[in-house]
Amino acid sequence: MASLIDLANPTRFMRFSAALLPWLAAIAALLIAVGLYLAWFSAPADYQQGETIRIMFIHVPAAWLAMMFYSMMALSALGTLVWRHPLADVAQKAAAPIGACFALICLVSGALWGKPMWGTYWVWDARLTSVLVLLLIYLGIIALWRVLDDPSRAARAVAILTLVGFVNVPIIKFSVDWWNTLHQPASVLRMGGPTIHPSMLWPLLILAIGFTLFALALHMVAMRAEIMRRRVRTLTILEAERLDRLAAQGVPA
Amino acid sequence: MSGLLDGIGPHAGFILASYGVAALVLAGLTLAILRDHAAQKRALDALERRGAGRRSGREMA
Repeated sequence: MASLIDLANPTRFMRFSAALLPWLAAIAALLIAVGLYLAWFSAPADYQQGETIRIMFIHVPAAWLAMMFYSMMALSALGTLVWRHPLADVAQKAAAPIGACFALICLVSGALWGKPMWGTYWVWDARLTSVLVLLLIYLGIIALWRVLDDPSRAARAVAILTLVGFVNVPIIKFSVDWWNTLHQPASVLRMGGPTIHPSMLWPLLILAIGFTLFALALHMVAMRAEIMRRRVRTLTILEAERLDRLAAQGVPA
Repeated sequence: MSGLLDGIGPHAGFILASYGVAALVLAGLTLAILRDHAAQKRALDALERRGAGRRSGREMA
C-alpha cells in the first residue's frame, strides 16, 4: 500500500512509467499477434454464425475495455473528490479518449456483426442503446475537460459527471438479463462459467489481455503527456511572472 | 485477396470492415497520444532551457 502511495507522486510515476512502458508495449504486441493468429487460423467457424464469429474477437474485448476504462475513471473520480489525489484527475482525463475509442469500436463492430446475423445494423434495444449512451458520456466528459481552463475546477466537474454516468455500467452489463433484447446474453463472464468452446475462448482471452495491456500502455503515455502539460502550464505562468518582475525593475529579460 | 475473401465466406466484407475500423481507430488513437506526448516534451524542454520557473533574475546568473 505504501509503495502505491509513493507511486502517486508525479515525479515517481514519470520514472516508473518510463521503465515499465517498453515491457508493457512489447508484451501487448506479442499477445495481440498470438491472439490474432489463433483467432484467424486456429479457431473454427461457428456452427450457427459461420465466419462472422471472427468479429467477436475484437467486439468483445472492445466492449470489456470500454466498461473497464469507465470503471477506472469512476475510481479516479472518487480519488479526485474524496482524497484530492495528485494523479487521480490526470488518470481520469487520460482514460476518457481511450475508453471512447473502445466504445466506438464496440458499436461499429457490433453493427457490422449485426447486419449479417440479425438483418440490421442497429436496433434500439437495451444493450445497444446503453453502449451508445456510454459513448455519449465519454464524449461529454472529453468536451467538459476542454471547455474549463482551470484543471482543478475541470477535474471536480468531470468527477461528478463521471460518477453520475457510472450508473450506466451495470445497466450495460445486466441489460441482456433485465430486458428482452436482440443481443445475446453473456457467454464468458457469467455465473456457472463460460459457455463458449475453448477453441474460441482461448484466442478471445489472449486478445482481451493483449488489448488490455495495449490500452494500459496508451493510458500511461497519455498520463505522462498530461503531467507534462500541467508542468508546462505552471512554468509558463512562472516565466510570465518573472518577466513581469524584471520589466518592473527595468532589467532586460 | 479474392482467395482470402472466398475463405471467410459470404460475409467477408463485414468481417474485414470491422477489423479495418478497429485498426484505424486504434492507430489514430495511438498516433494522437504519441504526438501529444512528443509536443508536451518539446514544450517542457524549451521552457526548462529558458530557465522558466526560476523565481528571480538573479537565479539566471
